[in-house]
Amino acid sequence: MSKPIVATTSLAGCFGCHMSLLDIDEKVLDLFKLVELNKSPLNDIKKFNKKCDVGIIEGGCANDENVHVLKDFRKNCNTLIALGSCAITGGLPALRNNIKLKECMEEAYINNITTKDNNKEEIIPCDKDIPKILDRIYPINEVVKIDYYIPGCPPRAKLIWLTLRALITGEEVDIPYEVIKYD
Amino acid sequence: MSKKVKFTIDGNEISAEEGKNLLDVACENGYYIPALCHMKGHKPAGSCRLCNVKVNGRIMTACTTLVSEGMEVITEDEELAELRKTILEAMFVDGNHFCPACEKSGVCDLQALAYKHKIMSPKFKYEFSNKKVEAEVPKIMLEKNRCILCKKCIRAIKSKDGKNIFGFKARGKKLEITMDEELAAQMTDEDIQRAMDICPVGTIIKKEKGFKIPIGKRKYDKKPIGDNVEKHKEKEKD
Repeated sequence: MSKPIVATTSLAGCFGCHMSLLDIDEKVLDLFKLVELNKSPLNDIKKFNKKCDVGIIEGGCANDENVHVLKDFRKNCNTLIALGSCAITGGLPALRNNIKLKECMEEAYINNITTKDNNKEEIIPCDKDIPKILDRIYPINEVVKIDYYIPGCPPRAKLIWLTLRALITGEEVDIPYEVIKYD
Repeated sequence: MSKKVKFTIDGNEISAEEGKNLLDVACENGYYIPALCHMKGHKPAGSCRLCNVKVNGRIMTACTTLVSEGMEVITEDEELAELRKTILEAMFVDGNHFCPACEKSGVCDLQALAYKHKIMSPKFKYEFSNKKVEAEVPKIMLEKNRCILCKKCIRAIKSKDGKNIFGFKARGKKLEITMDEELAAQMTDEDIQRAMDICPVGTIIKKEKGFKIPIGKRKYDKKPIGDNVEKHKEKEKD
C-alpha cells in the first residue's frame, strides 16, 4: 500500500500550529515514514500535484485568498482537519469581528500612532494584486466541510501526533486529559 | 433531627436527610455532577441545566431536586453525557469564549467541563456576541460576551448594606448581566477577587491581575474538574 499523502497550510494564523507540529521532535521522522508530504510550507510545494488523503488547515479565513486556498484544499483532500483555535473559532484575528472593517482599516493605516504623520494622503492599500480583506474572520467550518478538529493555541504536539497517527493507522486512540487544551 | 431517607445513586445505596438537595448529597457521597450555577447554601437557580440526572428514569436537574425515599438516581450514562456536551457547546458559541485571549483560561469552570467532556469543537456556529464591555470602574471589569447567565454573582455578591451589586438587564436574547458602577467602585480587592472566583467563566475580571499563573500550573491544567469529589469516591471503595 502506498503511503497516505498529507498537505498542510496556514491561512489567517501565526504558524504556531505548524511549529507545534514540529514539537513532536524526533517523532517527525516516524511521521514522515508513515506519510508523504504534498503541498505544504514545510517542503515549499506551492501547488497540489496529486490528490491528497489528509489536509491540515491552520488559521481562519481573513481574506479572499484564504477562502480560495481552503476551497482548493477541500477539492484536493479526502479528509480535512482544522488545526488550532484560529481554524476552529477564528481565534485572535476574530477579535475584530465586532468592529467594522472600515474602522479596522482606518486604525491600521490612518489613525495609528506610527502612520498618522506618514500617511497624509490617507491611503488604504487596495491594489488588485493583494488579497481582499473579508468583512469578518470566518472559522473554516463556515466555509467548507471539516472532518476533524484539533483544538489548542497551539494544539499540544502530543495531541497532533496522537490524532494523526490514529487517522493514518486507523487505530482508536485514548487521548489523555492534559493534552486537550484550548489555549 | 429530620427523617433519614434511603435511595440509590448509580446503583449504590445512599442515606441522607429527607429534603436535602440532591446535588449536594451526591457530592458529599463522592459523585460528581457537573454544574455551573450551583452554590452550596444558596437557593438553586437551575439555570445552567448541566446537572441533569435521571431520577426514576426521568431527566431532571439535580440542583432543584430534593432527595426522597426510594428514588433511583443515575448520574452518568451515554444519553446524559451527550446532553451535557450539547449544552456546553451551545454555551461556547452563544458567547465569545475565545480561550487564548481570556484571563480566566485554565481556571474557568466552563472550559474545564468542556475538557472533561473532551469537546474538540462545538457543533454549532459561533454567534460573535457584540455586547458592550463594562470597564468604567477602576478595579473591576464586566465582559458580558462571556456571561452564561448563571446568576451566581447576583445571588452571592452583595454590598456591605446588603444591596445587589450585579443584576440582569433586558429580556430574552438581549438579557445580559450588568453592575451598579457606584457600588462596584466601593468593592474591596478581596470582594472583587471573590466575585471573580465565583464567576464560572471570564465575565467578572479583576483588572491588572490577568494571566498571573503560568500555563501548566493552573487549576485545571493537569486535573479535571470534579477530581476532588471523585477521589472521595475512590477512598470509599477501598
